[in-house]
Amino acid sequence: MKNLVILGAGTSGTMMANHLVSKLSKKDWKISIIDQYKTHYYQPGFLFLPFDTYTEDQVKKVGKKFIPKGVNYIQKKIEKILPEDNKVELEDETLDYDILIIATGSKIAPDETDGLLGPLWKKDIFDFYTYEGALALRNKLRDWEGGKLVVHLTEMPIKCPVAPLEFTFLADSFFTNKGMRDKVEITYVTPLTGAFTKPTCSSALGYLLKDKNIHMESDFAIECVDNEKKEIVDYGGKKVPFDLLVTVPTNMGDEVIERSGLGDDLNFVPTHKHTLQSKEHQNIFVIGDATNVPASKAGSVAHFQAETLTDNILLYTKGYSLKEEFDGHANCFIETGHNKALLIDFNYDQEPVHGTFPFSKIGPLKLLKESVFNHWGKLAFRWIYWNMLLKGIPIPFVGRNMSFKGKIFDIKKEK
Amino acid sequence: METVLAGFKVNVTDEGYLTDFSQWTNEIGFEIAKEHGIEMTDQHWKVIEYLQEKFNNNEALSIRGIKKSGIINIKEFYSLFPGGPLKISTKVAGIPKPVSCI
Repeated sequence: MKNLVILGAGTSGTMMANHLVSKLSKKDWKISIIDQYKTHYYQPGFLFLPFDTYTEDQVKKVGKKFIPKGVNYIQKKIEKILPEDNKVELEDETLDYDILIIATGSKIAPDETDGLLGPLWKKDIFDFYTYEGALALRNKLRDWEGGKLVVHLTEMPIKCPVAPLEFTFLADSFFTNKGMRDKVEITYVTPLTGAFTKPTCSSALGYLLKDKNIHMESDFAIECVDNEKKEIVDYGGKKVPFDLLVTVPTNMGDEVIERSGLGDDLNFVPTHKHTLQSKEHQNIFVIGDATNVPASKAGSVAHFQAETLTDNILLYTKGYSLKEEFDGHANCFIETGHNKALLIDFNYDQEPVHGTFPFSKIGPLKLLKESVFNHWGKLAFRWIYWNMLLKGIPIPFVGRNMSFKGKIFDIKKEK
Repeated sequence: METVLAGFKVNVTDEGYLTDFSQWTNEIGFEIAKEHGIEMTDQHWKVIEYLQEKFNNNEALSIRGIKKSGIINIKEFYSLFPGGPLKISTKVAGIPKPVSCI
């Protein structure tokens, strides 16, 4: 009997357990999945919690429900991976593995920025990348009377890179609906060269910030938060004052990666970007936010990766060479507020384009264009996540690799 | 689009970033730096080499990463490449500027 061990029962780990349980021979393989936490969160829902659009119950469920029968579920802390010995140390036992899948994700590291965890943390400074942070921010927003709202992103890479911008758009919509938009000044602060960094996107979407009266501070590399003066300070000396700061702190891989000496500066595991095999160890594979591949850290990416990784694990068990198949495919809805959303589809090489999705000419979804239909798509996705995605059920008509059908690659043509 | 930098034919984006790192040479680096009013010194080249190494390893670039690198402190980085050190230094290094997915 051989052992396949999955570390992490989040989106990626759960999907892999579901894919592999029906494909690996039960006679030859024992599959185990390890996670210290009981609750599985629907993380895209954290964007909606602060605005009272979703309730607590809509974004969390007991994780075990999604682990299939036949998979050994262990709710324990992972202490260390010992890749030279093919072992994983848990809090009170050690497991042997023949194949290891690392799906330990990424999380915020607010202590990486001086002053962020100062006296104003959770009083006037909030994150919405954790369940607790999103809830605390919801409670703050319920009776906030207005002032300077600063939405800030610390550095790339972050989970769901469009989330801070979506938060900004939803905040505009939220305060408008509350009849207090004139009392709120919204500023979007980014270390990048702008809110949109790809030519097709800045040309198609540049109007959004202006139309919504959102101020912009670009090339802002945060040095510290000044809790007394209530401002964020950049290394070049720029300062942005705030009454309410909503920030996306530095994102890092799990500490277990650091303890095991398997990660880069940010604890992400060096991973082959087309096969998802670890660069250092042939019997270790990495998926989702835990990798260092230059794809977005997003559930849709993990979903497409899981299909390729499942095939590659089967190939590996039979001694065949791996498929260099994963292309960085991502497919994301972007909320733009006022019940509209955009849809983007892209990969490692191809930036988001115009067109229709998933069917050429028919759609019904439109790429890179605001529509109510896309917004419904985003809301429907919560059901798809719990009922299809986690269980490894393929989403109809959406392939693992980016399709070039129905897409317009020349921006000028669209105009 | 195609352009000529320091006598080499190269492909660049609308903002002047090389689209293919294999076309980069030291001379091209000099030329781009000059366009930004920067006279390259040994300190500049140390930063450029560090950025290129990170790029080749698929690692993300950030100001904080530079600080942790031990190559240079942030104040020096700002004085070497004034007015947006990361976006200018990556252009000189022939690698893409840090971007988001949109």
